[in-house]
Amino acid sequence: MSVDTEQVRHIAKLARIAMSDAEVEAMVPELNNILGWVEQLGEVDTDGVEPLTAVIDQKLRLRDDVVTDGDCRDAVLANAPAVEHGFFAVPKVIE
Amino acid sequence: MADAAAPYRITGATGDWEVVIGLEVHAQVVSNAKLFSGASTIFGSEPNTQVSLIDAAMPGMLPVPNAECIRQAVRTGLALEAKINATSRFDRKNYFYADLPQGYQISQLYHPLVGEGEVEVLLDEKDEGSAKTIGIERIHVEQDAGKLIHDQHPSFSYVDLNRAGVALMEIVSKPDMNSPEEAGAYVRKLRAILRYVGSCDGNMEQGSMRADVNVSVRKPGDPLGTRTETKNVNSVRFIMAAIEHEARRQVDLIEAGGAVVQETRLFDPDKGVTRSMRSKSDAHDYRYFPDPDLLPLELDEAFIEECRASLPELPDAKRKRYEGLGIPPYNASVLTAEVETARWFDDLLANGVEPKAAANWVASELFGALNRLGRTLGDSPVSPAQAAELLGLVGDGTISGSLAKQVLEIMLETGEGAAAIVEARGLKQTSDSGAIDAVVDEVLAANADKVAQYKAGKEALFGFFVGQVMKAMAGKANPQVVNERLRSKLD
Amino acid sequence: MSALTTKTIAELRDGFRSGDFSAREIAEQFNAAVAGARALNAFTVETPEAALAAADAADAARQSGDIGALAGIPLGIKDLFATEGVDTTAGSKILEGFKPRYESTVSGNLRKAGAGMLGKLNMDEFAMGSSNETSAYGPVISPWKRKDGGNAALTPGGSSGGSAAAVAAGVAPGVTGTDTGGSIRQPAAFTGICGIKPTYGRCSRWGIVAFASSLDQAGPMARTVRDCAILLDAMAGFDPKDSTSLDLPVPQWEAGLSSDLKGKRVGIPAEYRIDGVPADIDALWDQGVEWLRDAGAEPVKISLPHTRYALPTYYIIAPAEASSNLARYDGVRYGLRAEGEGSLDSMYAATRAAGFGAEVKRRIMIGTYVLSAGYYDAFFTKAQRVRTLIKRDFAAAFESCDLILTPTAPSAAFGLGEKTDPLAMYLNDVFAVPASLAGLPAMSVPGGLDGQGLPLGLHLIGRELDEQGVLNAALAIEERAGFTHRPEKWW
Ligand SMILES: [Mg+2]
Ligand SMILES: [Zn+2]
Repeated sequence: MSVDTEQVRHIAKLARIAMSDAEVEAMVPELNNILGWVEQLGEVDTDGVEPLTAVIDQKLRLRDDVVTDGDCRDAVLANAPAVEHGFFAVPKVIE
Repeated sequence: MADAAAPYRITGATGDWEVVIGLEVHAQVVSNAKLFSGASTIFGSEPNTQVSLIDAAMPGMLPVPNAECIRQAVRTGLALEAKINATSRFDRKNYFYADLPQGYQISQLYHPLVGEGEVEVLLDEKDEGSAKTIGIERIHVEQDAGKLIHDQHPSFSYVDLNRAGVALMEIVSKPDMNSPEEAGAYVRKLRAILRYVGSCDGNMEQGSMRADVNVSVRKPGDPLGTRTETKNVNSVRFIMAAIEHEARRQVDLIEAGGAVVQETRLFDPDKGVTRSMRSKSDAHDYRYFPDPDLLPLELDEAFIEECRASLPELPDAKRKRYEGLGIPPYNASVLTAEVETARWFDDLLANGVEPKAAANWVASELFGALNRLGRTLGDSPVSPAQAAELLGLVGDGTISGSLAKQVLEIMLETGEGAAAIVEARGLKQTSDSGAIDAVVDEVLAANADKVAQYKAGKEALFGFFVGQVMKAMAGKANPQVVNERLRSKLD
Repeated sequence: MSALTTKTIAELRDGFRSGDFSAREIAEQFNAAVAGARALNAFTVETPEAALAAADAADAARQSGDIGALAGIPLGIKDLFATEGVDTTAGSKILEGFKPRYESTVSGNLRKAGAGMLGKLNMDEFAMGSSNETSAYGPVISPWKRKDGGNAALTPGGSSGGSAAAVAAGVAPGVTGTDTGGSIRQPAAFTGICGIKPTYGRCSRWGIVAFASSLDQAGPMARTVRDCAILLDAMAGFDPKDSTSLDLPVPQWEAGLSSDLKGKRVGIPAEYRIDGVPADIDALWDQGVEWLRDAGAEPVKISLPHTRYALPTYYIIAPAEASSNLARYDGVRYGLRAEGEGSLDSMYAATRAAGFGAEVKRRIMIGTYVLSAGYYDAFFTKAQRVRTLIKRDFAAAFESCDLILTPTAPSAAFGLGEKTDPLAMYLNDVFAVPASLAGLPAMSVPGGLDGQGLPLGLHLIGRELDEQGVLNAALAIEERAGFTHRPEKWW
């Protein structure tokens, strides 16, 4: 499988990375290089092999239902580029 | 009301259309803390005060699941007779939006916590025959998003993350509904079950329960049409209205030579219409994959059994039990529709009242009186014990049904007990034939002419004499005794 | 008093405890060394006050008696670790100026043990790189030079390049690193120091800026094996805030150090002999086998059949996880925001275009692609299946051996700007990545110099949780290699 400029544009849109036409053009061969290389995995017979789910075999722990966090608005907002009246502010969204 | 005989159809220029509806109901899980963080879930706090650094997706923050949220979802699954999956997984649903700090929602796609189940709904509460079974596809647990506020600033939208990370159960139905009424009945029933179970408060106004409404239309017998998804509709009325409008829109569109596009839409309650959501218009590719910050979730039998054991009697079982006590089906479903009503009535039964009479009295007398006061059983000034006392006085003939009405009114006003009221106000009815005889004689004497007419055959006057006697005795005479004494004197 | 900056952590600790010198003297000398080594560009932030404050606290504590395991020891912290109130950028422009209000568990553990902080260490952007050239704050220059008379600036390796350079140059006695696919071991090898990546889950990931969650592990880098054990003792431990943290007691690795390998079988994997690897490296590998034999171990030939597929597997899984982990850098809650053309989406796209460097963008693009509809199974799921096979390879091998010995990297340090092709750069980690995919403990220990006078490392891989076995074998090599070379000071 290899990607063309259209696909690269689509991926960049999904990933929310603005790219000029020149950047897209340059990205195409780079991605195809890497994709062509990883495709060698196709040689490996993985029939009946389960995908790895846990690196080290252990169970998921659950925590108790107690309020131990939150109530720290200044810490939450401290690094925000734009804050208004205790809210994060973002360019207006039209739904 | 749709009845099974005549299926719901949209009439178009080219003929009748069938509507196919599937609902994805998002129900907020009742828990103290969020699904993956220790922040509080309480509704209506100052913006961004119930946000942990995890909810705000600060670099390096990690999720740890809340056991109670898993437990509530499992209890809900069991209440819907669904399969509980001993092993499930959390997946990341990747997309960018201002209410989604991580850039992905932790949800479950490949291995949900709960599998297939079903819900039985009554389309007509008076008619057991109107029952329909709606299939449940799955229930999975996921994070709620934050809230965007668009009308506070000319060029900014504001982001409040208080809700971000609150646990939701997404209850996905099969496309088994074919009319707004069926969808409405399904949501009401689902809401009732969740509230019985206690896994969701069902408060649709506060958004604790909201539905993504999937609608498509087709000519009866045709394959499924292209569906649209109208997001986050937050009342039964709106859900029904959204279906009605969306189905009609699709029919008109198709008949005008257009085609339905699979898209996300929004319901506008003011205009009663659905419209395409611009913000979600671009083709989605959510790139789901197992969340590497979380391991597979494994539930042991003991956990699932504890969940099963903790379930209360559910609406259907309760209704059937009431019917078994001789309570008419309609009363039975009215009394079991809301968990508060059912709890109140169970307490009343526990006071040893006669079920049928008690059900009738609650459904007619009590509900009527409460309605007039603009109250519900939830905040009824009359307790089950007090009601049992009143019903007891009627049962042993201490007071008549008509007196009971007066007594109830006084109870509602003063909060006093029935017996005390009867005692203090001397409302006890008399069966003393001596006293009744005296009054009967007075009445007959004072109405000699009518007695003559009666004897001449004007039987209808009997009621008049009864009325006069009761009036003279301020309604306190035992009606049976009055009848019997009158007959003995007249006939 | 000889320069304290030449001493090991063990020597500094013991000298401080026996009162040969004060913690403040240690901190002052290292602060001066840091300030004097700016030509290396090893630090993104210098925090001399923090080092002095911890030193004064240590001196005070020494009076009162009870002092932490690392009291008086100043350390460098890789900029991937969130440090409260101190800029944490992960080597990226998108986090410029980010001051966390929280401290990563690992750096917090070191503080609790009494360690001070000299500053934050430069690194490849989001730990994506093997030469430190992807840092938004300029590459780190290795303190080493080739002895060809030329003056080429060399890479210290990456992504923990600042960490490696700081230790090699003697401006920090020990540092933290992180290893996703060799980021501790390869730079350690390039700079002639020790570095260990423990079993996945030994060190909490909480507060470490995520690159690839299923691979990221923190670990120490220092001059000696003992120093690594001392630091790892303090860094490791169960953390309930990380769902993948191992809930196991932490062994006393320093106390357990022993270079007597009697009864140990050391596996030599045939598949790690690959073309294009300099003869010096294969020769050192053979020498390493002899050192371990001399320490009492028995060399055995083993096979890890899927070794050649480890790197491509890694370059699907790591970018996939990274593409999702890095979605949170969206210009809303912290870090850089570029306005774009006014819409939310264009703000996202402009911010991420301006904030991420070329390699990070490349990996986000790859990761987004391999997770996207139609490619998920062919790439991501396939890679996770191969990852299972790679894990099985090790499990099978460890039935016939207790440890595995390989070279750490396929080359010595190269010159900055010499490797421009991404694939050629990825090959640096060909020997390191398999252990990462399997979550196994692995360590690089200096073995000698190549013809150019540049350090070469030997690589030990152990069973799950057998950090002790890895450390002991590394100690045996260290004692026999007698590697005491230090770069000549030119900075
Ligand atoms: Mg939906
Ligand atoms: Zn959902």
